[in-house]
Amino acid sequence: MNRFRTILSLVITLVFAVSAYAGEPLRIGALFAVTGPASFLGEPERNTLEMLVKEANAKGGIKGHKIELVVYDTQGDATKAVQLATKLIKNDKVSVIIGPSTTGETMAVIPVAEKEKIPLISCAAGIKITDPVKKYVFKTPANDHVAAEKIFNFMASKKQKSVALLTVTDGFGASGREQLKDMAKKKGISVVADETYGPKDTDMTAQLTKIKGSKADAIICWGTNPGPAIVTRNVKQLGIKMPLYQSHGVASKKYIELAGNENAEGVLLPAGKLAIYEKLKKGDHQFKLLKDYDQSYKKNFNTEASTFGGYAYDSFLMITEALKAGSSTEQIRDGLEGIRKLVSISGIYNMSATDHNGLDLNAFEMVKISKGDWEIAK
Amino acid sequence: MELSDQIAQYLVSGLSTGAIYALIGIGFAIIYNSTEIINFAQGELVMLGGMFTIFYLNTLHLPLPLAILLAVASTTAAGLIFERLTIRPLKSPTPLALIIITIGGSILIRGITMMIGGKDTHALPAFSGSEPILIGSATILPQHLWIFALTAVAITLNKLFFQYTITGKAMRACAVNRRAAGLVGIDVKKMVFFSFAISSSLGALAGIIVAPLTMTSYDVGIMLGLKGFCAAIIGGLSGGVGTVLGGLLLGVLESLGAGLISSGYKDAIAFIILLLILFLRPQGLFTKAQTERV
Repeated sequence: MNRFRTILSLVITLVFAVSAYAGEPLRIGALFAVTGPASFLGEPERNTLEMLVKEANAKGGIKGHKIELVVYDTQGDATKAVQLATKLIKNDKVSVIIGPSTTGETMAVIPVAEKEKIPLISCAAGIKITDPVKKYVFKTPANDHVAAEKIFNFMASKKQKSVALLTVTDGFGASGREQLKDMAKKKGISVVADETYGPKDTDMTAQLTKIKGSKADAIICWGTNPGPAIVTRNVKQLGIKMPLYQSHGVASKKYIELAGNENAEGVLLPAGKLAIYEKLKKGDHQFKLLKDYDQSYKKNFNTEASTFGGYAYDSFLMITEALKAGSSTEQIRDGLEGIRKLVSISGIYNMSATDHNGLDLNAFEMVKISKGDWEIAK
Repeated sequence: MELSDQIAQYLVSGLSTGAIYALIGIGFAIIYNSTEIINFAQGELVMLGGMFTIFYLNTLHLPLPLAILLAVASTTAAGLIFERLTIRPLKSPTPLALIIITIGGSILIRGITMMIGGKDTHALPAFSGSEPILIGSATILPQHLWIFALTAVAITLNKLFFQYTITGKAMRACAVNRRAAGLVGIDVKKMVFFSFAISSSLGALAGIIVAPLTMTSYDVGIMLGLKGFCAAIIGGLSGGVGTVLGGLLLGVLESLGAGLISSGYKDAIAFIILLLILFLRPQGLFTKAQTERV
């Protein structure tokens, strides 16, 4: 019996010694809308994260910690997101959660994360997520108002003083519309037309005819494909000469393809740097990372990397950075809050106790479409 | 821009979108007129037309005219398979059961298309350029003329077919009274099959011809289908001029509503019209009320 005990204790000691040497595995939970209406967000997010975890584990994990990833599909449903968040915390015992993909789901999950004291890194853009700041909640995409501010600053430099808004009636457009109106007031630009269109609308000439009559200096359209592409075509059809600004929501080659090269000529938009990394100035800090990400994503999934997948990349990089401080949930939280000058996909992050997003105007670059390609707008 | 110029553009825009609704609406009307079924999968057939064309054009790199022909053939085949597998095996084909089946079928078709073709939106090149054409102070695109022309051809052929051919007359007989039609020797099942063939090829054509304007993806069928259905209801589900007028009226009201009242109410306007017509004139705007003769 004694001998058995000795062996057992020896084995246990050995096991612990080995695991202490290799570090405890770190369990990361992820909630993405992989299917359903927001799948254009969730799918690249999941792909990116799985790709990164595989790469990290092949290199022996992060700081000696093997990564165990648990991904659940929320289908874009807030109720499901809450159930799955609870499951991640109670059953899967994760130390940190990445996601959800949309603002609605994130707002529903926040109370759970706060109560259980588990750090949550949301991949949704809504400003409400980190304003006001919540102790355990972070987010990777820049706020909509940052993109809006970027446009208005550019307009001011061109002496454009009035604007016509054309926004889509979904979550993205409604939030954008609020932010645009707020920001216009702050920047002293007058909103002379405020039109909307449905996400499935196929013709916006009526709204644009009204806008044409408004004599605005410029048009800002806020939506995700295909609406903005139709707007771009309709603007050409009606012979409208006002400059057309689009949101960061269409910063992909797909938009130019859908709108057609001739129609998209001269359209201006604030783009995340991933979409235009080939055009960045030499010596840009993010260039190498963006190129690596785009190329390995293409290799693995046979399609361009998207800004949305980039949000998951940011989250993973943040966790890697935070692990420097230690691997308990409290240490990860403190580590996240302590992130400074972290060069990532969506921008360069500077977190603080009062800013759990950490991005500023530099997250975007104003670009102009010329001959079916991007060029930095001057 | 003067208000009168604006109104001219609203009217032209409305008529051109209205023609799209009308073209899709006719597909609904044809199936209804020979089977008394409202085929809610009609919108998906429109979608399939566009998606098949994209597939033949971009994946198999066929020339546009051939891609269009093949797409119409493939969609018609899909429509017929749909009829074979879902409508025909039904033991007691009550209208309600049939309608629910078509709704289920539409969700299935959409799902399969999404799984195979992905969720991306695709644009088809315009048939004859995209240089806007001036009509007074308003503009339309050459593609709109294609839509107007196809709509005109579709209703003419439709009218000739249902009025003057034996098969057409037999199909109408089935709609009036299935049982009686069967008793006089009409093969009712064959007529239902025919009507699905005609309406799916028409739906496919509609989907292809609107794709350069509206673009296409696995989920365009829902809204286009509903608007087409509205057009057909306004026109009293007639296979001819009624539905076309219904579509044009719907398009113009939407466009005027969006321009003069508020673009936020654009879809609400369409569906309020639909409800009003169903309440007040269920037989449609342009047909006389039917009286049962005893």
